[in-house]
Amino acid sequence: MALPPRQLLLVLLGFLVAVSLATLAAAVYADQVGLADWHQKYIGKVKQAVYHTQKSGRRRVVVLTEENVIASLDLRSGDIFWRHVIEKNNPIDQLSLSAGKYVVTLSSGGSILRAWNLPDGQMVWETNIQTSSASKSLLHVLSNSKVVQDNLVLVLAGQWIYAISSIDGLISWGKEFTLDGLEIKQVVQSPENDIVYVVGIAGSSKLAVYQLNAKTGEIVKDAQESLPDGLCGEMLLGSSNVLVALDETRSALFIVEFKGESISYNKVQISEFVQDFSGMVKLLPLMSNGIIALQSSSTVSLLKLKGMNGLEVIHSFDRPASVSDALTITEKDEAFAIVQHVGSQIEFIVKVTSDLTNEIIREKVDIDQHRGSVEKVFLNNYVRTDKSHGFRALVVMEDHSLLLIQQGAVVWSREDGLASIVDVMASELPVEKDGVSVADVEHNLFEWLKGHVLKLKGTLMLASVDELAAIQALRVRSSEKNKMTRDHNGFRKLLIVLTKAGKVIALHTGDGRIIWSNLLPSLRASKSGEMPSALRIYQWQVPHHRVMRENPSILVVGRSGASSVAPGVLCILDSYSGEELNSQRFDHSVAQIIPLILKDSSEQRLHLIVDSNSNAHLYPRSPDALNSFMTEMSNQYFYSVDIQKNAIRGYSLQKSCDFDSGDTYCFSTRLLWSIIFPSDAERISVSETRKMNEVVHTQAKIIADQDVMYKYLSKSLIFVATVSPKAAGEIGSAAPEEASLMAYLIDAVSGRILHRMTHHGAQGPVHSVVSENWVVYHYFNLRAHRFEIAVIEIYDQSRADNKDVLKLILGKHNLSAPMTSYSRPEVMVKSQSYFFTHSVKAMAVTQTAKGITSKQLLIGTIGDQVLALDKRFLDPRRSVNPTQQEKEEGIIPLTDYLPIIPQSYVTHSLQVEALRGIVSIPAKLESTTLVFTYGVDLFYTRLAPSRTYDSLTDEFSYALLLITIVALVAALFVTWIWSEKKELRDKWR
Amino acid sequence: MSPIRALIVLAAVLAACLGPAAAADQPGSGEGHTIAGRIKIEAARGFGLPAKTSNTKVILNGGQKVTFARPDGYFAFHNVPAGTHLIEVSSLGYFFSPVRVDISARNPGHIQAALTENRRVLNELVLEPLKEEQYYEMREPFNILSLLKSPMGMMVGFMVVMVFVMPKMMENIDPEEIKQAQEQMRNSPASFSGLLARANS
Repeated sequence: MALPPRQLLLVLLGFLVAVSLATLAAAVYADQVGLADWHQKYIGKVKQAVYHTQKSGRRRVVVLTEENVIASLDLRSGDIFWRHVIEKNNPIDQLSLSAGKYVVTLSSGGSILRAWNLPDGQMVWETNIQTSSASKSLLHVLSNSKVVQDNLVLVLAGQWIYAISSIDGLISWGKEFTLDGLEIKQVVQSPENDIVYVVGIAGSSKLAVYQLNAKTGEIVKDAQESLPDGLCGEMLLGSSNVLVALDETRSALFIVEFKGESISYNKVQISEFVQDFSGMVKLLPLMSNGIIALQSSSTVSLLKLKGMNGLEVIHSFDRPASVSDALTITEKDEAFAIVQHVGSQIEFIVKVTSDLTNEIIREKVDIDQHRGSVEKVFLNNYVRTDKSHGFRALVVMEDHSLLLIQQGAVVWSREDGLASIVDVMASELPVEKDGVSVADVEHNLFEWLKGHVLKLKGTLMLASVDELAAIQALRVRSSEKNKMTRDHNGFRKLLIVLTKAGKVIALHTGDGRIIWSNLLPSLRASKSGEMPSALRIYQWQVPHHRVMRENPSILVVGRSGASSVAPGVLCILDSYSGEELNSQRFDHSVAQIIPLILKDSSEQRLHLIVDSNSNAHLYPRSPDALNSFMTEMSNQYFYSVDIQKNAIRGYSLQKSCDFDSGDTYCFSTRLLWSIIFPSDAERISVSETRKMNEVVHTQAKIIADQDVMYKYLSKSLIFVATVSPKAAGEIGSAAPEEASLMAYLIDAVSGRILHRMTHHGAQGPVHSVVSENWVVYHYFNLRAHRFEIAVIEIYDQSRADNKDVLKLILGKHNLSAPMTSYSRPEVMVKSQSYFFTHSVKAMAVTQTAKGITSKQLLIGTIGDQVLALDKRFLDPRRSVNPTQQEKEEGIIPLTDYLPIIPQSYVTHSLQVEALRGIVSIPAKLESTTLVFTYGVDLFYTRLAPSRTYDSLTDEFSYALLLITIVALVAALFVTWIWSEKKELRDKWR
Repeated sequence: MSPIRALIVLAAVLAACLGPAAAADQPGSGEGHTIAGRIKIEAARGFGLPAKTSNTKVILNGGQKVTFARPDGYFAFHNVPAGTHLIEVSSLGYFFSPVRVDISARNPGHIQAALTENRRVLNELVLEPLKEEQYYEMREPFNILSLLKSPMGMMVGFMVVMVFVMPKMMENIDPEEIKQAQEQMRNSPASFSGLLARANS
């Protein structure tokens, strides 16, 4: 929605616009939703999927994801029917369907059982279960049998077993097993009667089997047996009294058979029947008709039990491959699916357990190469019109996306990796090209003609459904806000996001569609099982004069393992196409990444990567970069915050590394200063610094009585908040007397504490934001039992006497003196605090191109909304009765709380579930900033903190303007004619 | 701001009971209390979003525990240690005040609750929204008056007045007075009408 240049118009209508703008509101109207903003809902990587039964008639699936979301999806389109995002503190372990109308979830280590209404997701009941240990808990829904009337849900945790009615959540019975250290591992229901088989391990090698009456919980039979070797805990219980368990070393299987009260077992080495097995062996949860699946590091094998004596390998698939759970299709038969990779396609195979040699389905499906390998498969069947069984499957891919495969094609896909964004940056789109080649013109001409024919058909209502869709797509593509080129106002950009799965995705700011995506090979899980972690994303190269022809590129930094000392990896991607230009594996770890303002001759930005041994490594590794860095090296300082050791340290750089003096791109660091907080009194809660790319318009601040205050603008200002150890926990754990919060302003170069402030009776969690010369932080006040937001503003006193005009004329001012950390700054600090109603999840501040526009704080509240709060409300100069001058300056009378105006919610009536971050990106237009908010959902909007004073809004009524002009011209003519006539009459007189 | 339509009627049942002693070895769960209450949102008659308790989350201590309201509005937190806690309610379209809940350690079962926004003490833990939240600016219905009031409308109006009313006024004025005025105008050549006259001649 770029506005064409209207400067001319602006000059003409200057005052008119000013007047009309004053009447405009900052909030959006209901019919403006979606014009400049978009909202996308995600669920995250699916870890469990349960299909609705056929009887219910609805084609839906209930899924549980690693982002702690339960959602009901439409199987036809993948749309979300309902969804609940549960906080990460209460992880949901398992999900199941009960009685065909409830979704039952077990969360918080087996202590909370909730039932949700299947059609609309309303919570029906919640039951708290007393669990005794932190062991893994199990959820088992008893299938509808004739004897047990109300469908019972079994919860197994440690030594306890509970049966809960799924109708009202009342505990029907609970039973504690007397065997010491028992951990229940498996539960199976007998299909014939009301007997439930429960298998547990006591210690590491004692196996216990119980048969319980499902109705009353009475133990009908029990048997125990000590096995010669320990068990690792993975086991599968078949219905025919056979148990398969992996031993401690994960190299042998125990086949255990129960006959009455006796247990007989046999140990089988896996290597005897599976060739070339290596690495970690896992039992996959597939068990029916004596079929089990074993996963080793390179293969997935299907094995058939042959009585007690051994196993037989029936099929072996090379990994990556995945096997689904068994799905009952007929009375006796169960089907399961295997998905494996064949070349660039995936192969979807469905087999029945009674006859493994036969394949019901073998389909090849084309999938996007940037989805990686298959991780999970969930099989579902449906009855075709000819009463035969058809199969479809949900497939979870390595990039966390979810696909539905049916009849050899991907029916729909969900890009759920976007639910776990790690880092975001904005990148420019390509410039609109002026010169176009002949081939392009011909091609374009044809396209253009085709497009117009389509549109003509559309207007004449001759178009078919497909053609209508094509017209719609054409319109969307050519509409102003969705173009793939840079616009005048800088509203169109690429949002490049890095997800937890190591996928880089570029989203268009116009409508949030995916322009390109790339699952980075260096951030993919290796076969040896190490999970790389994606860390940050930076601008690597912005083409400028010398390399104008090249595309801009971005830098992705990650670790090759989960631990912080794992070697780092680096990838450079083209930001227009997403192609990987370069990737590199470091021989050092990544502790901190410092983007520098320096560039080398090819316009590549210099980055320092500090490893865990406090050595700094310079990238890119080019002599040119080294040269430009060496000249600036003596001015480079950095600091690190060590939360474990409760210390902040400042460093400078020195030539040559400690361990490898030959490496000229490696620099050792010298500890300049350190601040170690006494750990018995203070714990570091949060540290924050100014954004690297923040632009400040002016250092001076003119206050009411024509006076000037100078902001203390130092790039090296750090804000650190510490809390007393007792107050480090959650709210409710500390008393006001023993809690306190200390706020520090520290200079990162000299380590000097510029200001220190104590809030007694306050505690975390602290959220803060630093911008220009101020810090805003949110904490909890235990005395008032309310949240508070405090502001600290810091002013430079040493420049305060520059107000003297005479001195200025004589040149005796220090305005042009550089800001230095070496001299002791004379600073003046003002602060104030206000009550704020809500808990805060994230906080940010708006950034604009030149820093002229006044700032707004963006506060992500506990309700997953983003509130835009004017910085004027957080001004330490506010007083209860401001003077007339202060009022003119725009100082708001002091109130003890910050107002929450519903219209100033940036997210209006939407929620960004599980909100984690807010990013503000300046547009080219000074008044406007682009705000991107992410969590499980994504939300993007344009914001004008001081209203769009430099351009006409979409609200502007051009019709009225035209009418006015026409009316004025007409009036001009009428009066002219009139006056002519009158003059003539006068002359005749 | 729409008026406070939804009044909070709290029939809160603050039941605190000692948890079974079976769970003594888990930190925080021993001696756990239960905070039970009710959320009451009266059906909105105004512009607010439809009252749906299915999207209402109840948050203890800034996210330590989160639960959902049942269809009848009841909610409960289990295994809460004694102390002073904070309950927040997140429901799109409504503004709820956080609630301070004191669980007495000495006097088990005794729970006090108060709204933190206005310090109102609740006898029962029934939470009602303080107000409805209207996230959109209301669009003024189209009327001719607002059109006329806009700067451009005023310009047109003024113009029309000048065109039609001024000549009439001129007619009503005494001819001698006009002559006088014309005389004056001639004496002050920089006047606007003079300029106009010259431009037209």
